[in-house]
Amino acid sequence: MKILVPIKRVIDYNVKVRVKPDNSNVDLANVKMSINPFCEIAVEEAVRLKEAGTATEIVAVSIGNKSCQEQLRTALALGADRAIQIDTEENLDSLNVAKLLQKVVEEEQPQLVILGKQSIDSDNNQTGQMLAALTGMPQGTFASNVGVEGDKVNVTREVDAGLQTVALNLPAIVTTDLRLNEPRYAKLPDIMKAKRKPLDVKAAADFGVNLDARTTVVKVTPPAERQAGIIVESIDQLVDKLKNEAKVIS
Amino acid sequence: MSILVFAEHDNSSLKADTLKTVAAAQAIGGDIHLLVAGSNCANVAEEAAKVNGVSKVFIADNPAYEHQLAENVSLLVTELAADYDHILATALTTGKNFMPRVAALLDVAQISDIIAVESADTFVRPIYAGNAIATVQSLDSKKVVTVRPTGFDAVATDGNAEIVSLDTVKDAGISSHVSDEISESERPDLGAASVVISGGRGMQNGDNFKLLEGIADKLGAAIGASRAAVDAGFVPNDMQVGQTGKIVAPDLYIAVGISGAIQHLAGMKDSKIIVAINKDPEAPIFQVADYGLVADLFDALPELESKL
Repeated sequence: MKILVPIKRVIDYNVKVRVKPDNSNVDLANVKMSINPFCEIAVEEAVRLKEAGTATEIVAVSIGNKSCQEQLRTALALGADRAIQIDTEENLDSLNVAKLLQKVVEEEQPQLVILGKQSIDSDNNQTGQMLAALTGMPQGTFASNVGVEGDKVNVTREVDAGLQTVALNLPAIVTTDLRLNEPRYAKLPDIMKAKRKPLDVKAAADFGVNLDARTTVVKVTPPAERQAGIIVESIDQLVDKLKNEAKVIS
Repeated sequence: MSILVFAEHDNSSLKADTLKTVAAAQAIGGDIHLLVAGSNCANVAEEAAKVNGVSKVFIADNPAYEHQLAENVSLLVTELAADYDHILATALTTGKNFMPRVAALLDVAQISDIIAVESADTFVRPIYAGNAIATVQSLDSKKVVTVRPTGFDAVATDGNAEIVSLDTVKDAGISSHVSDEISESERPDLGAASVVISGGRGMQNGDNFKLLEGIADKLGAAIGASRAAVDAGFVPNDMQVGQTGKIVAPDLYIAVGISGAIQHLAGMKDSKIIVAINKDPEAPIFQVADYGLVADLFDALPELESKL
C-alpha cells in the first residue's frame, strides 16, 4: 500500500519563542527550524510499516515556501521514497491545508495517511481530522499503536481515560501521539541518498482551491509571567505556609 | 444568537468540564442548547438539564453514538449546526477528535483551545505551548470552537431545561469500536482535582511513585507526571501533565523531581499555588513556584506525608 505523510516545518522544539515588540506575531527571524516532532513520528511509523512489508511506497508532502524542502529532505533521509512541496508564501489555516491535502489524496490514492496530531507552533490539532472529513475517511487520532489487518487498520488511541482501540476501514487517516514510536536518526549515507530522491514542486495556486484566510490574528502577546515565590527551609515551614499563608490545605 | 454546546460524558454522568464550556458560551452570549450524544445516556440528559444558562437539552440516544466515534458524532453535530451561530465543545480528547471534522464539513475554520472570549467572533488562545497568547478573529459565519476548561469557571447546576429527544441516527459505517483500556483509580480525575501532586524524572522509577500516593490520599489529590517520567516508562501517558498531555489548574500543584521544562509548565502554570520539591536549586521549576524546597525527594516525601 501507499502511505502519504504530510509534514510541517516549525520552530525547533528546543527554542523558546519570543513575541515581537509590535505584538503582531512571534519572532521567527534567524530561529532554528525543524520538522514538527509529531510529523517526525508519522514518518517513522510509515517507514516501519514499509520495513514490515505492509507499505510499498511512502510519499511525504509539505506546504510552504522553498525552505520546507529542508524538512522534506529529512523525511526522505528517514525513509520516505519521494516528496512533494506545495509552494506558497501564505501561512494557511488548517482548513485550507486540509483542502490542498485532499487534492493530493485524490491524485495519489494512498491507503493510509499518517499525520502528526498537532504542530507545536499553532497547537491547533485540526488538520488530520479535517482531511478525514473532506475525504470521507475514518480517523484514528492520537495513535499509540497502528496495526494494518487486511482491509482494516486497528488504531489504539490515547484518550483522557486511558486507551481506546478502534477499527477503521481503509483508506484511513491516522494522527500520531508521542508514544507511537521513537524516530530514528538519519544516517549520513541516507542523508546523501535523500538528495537524489525525487522532490516535486507544485504551486498551491494550481490546485483550484480557494485559499482565502478564515481567521485573522488580532494580536500576539507574551503570557502573564508568574513570579517566583520563596524558598522554604524545611517541610515544617512548607506545611505551615500552605496551611496559614496560602490556605490551600487544612 | 444561538449556541450549541456538546456535552462531555461517559454515558452515565456529565463531565464537570462541560460546565466550564457552558461558561464560555455564556461569555459569548445567546440562547444555549446542550447536546448529549451517547447510548443509554438518559441520566446524563437529566444532569445536563440542570446546568445553569441552558434552555434546551437534546438527547441523541443510540448505539451508534455509544463510543462517540468521530465519524458518527460529527455527522450528527453538523446536521444540528444549521440552526446555530456557534458550536462549542470542551477541548478534551472527545471534542478534539470530532470537532475539526464538524468544522471541515461546515466549511469553516475551527478556533481551538480558547481560554477567553473577547467577543462573539474573537477569542484568546495559547500558541507555542503557551509561550505566546494569540487573539484570533474568525471570519466565518459559523464559529466552531473548542474550549480549554482551565480558562473558565464552572456554571452552577440549579437550572431546569427542557429535554428533547432526537431520532436522527447517523452511522457512517466506516469505523467501529474494538476495546477500551480504562485506567482505574480511586483518586479524583486529574482535570477536576483541586490538588495535584506530580512526579518527574527525579522519581527514578515507577515504583517510587508510591511515595506520592500517601500524600495524595491525605490531600485528596490526583497524581500526575511530567513527560520525562512518561517517556522513561515510569507511568502511563494518561498521567501526563503538559502541552502534549493534560492541562490542569488546581488550587495546589506539587511538582516533585520535575525540572520544569517549558512543555510541562504549559500544562500547570495556571495553578493557584505551585510547590516545587527538587534537589537542584537551579531547576527552572523554582522560577514559577510559590514555595520551593531544595531537598532530596526521597527524604522530603516521607516527612511531608507524616506532617500532613
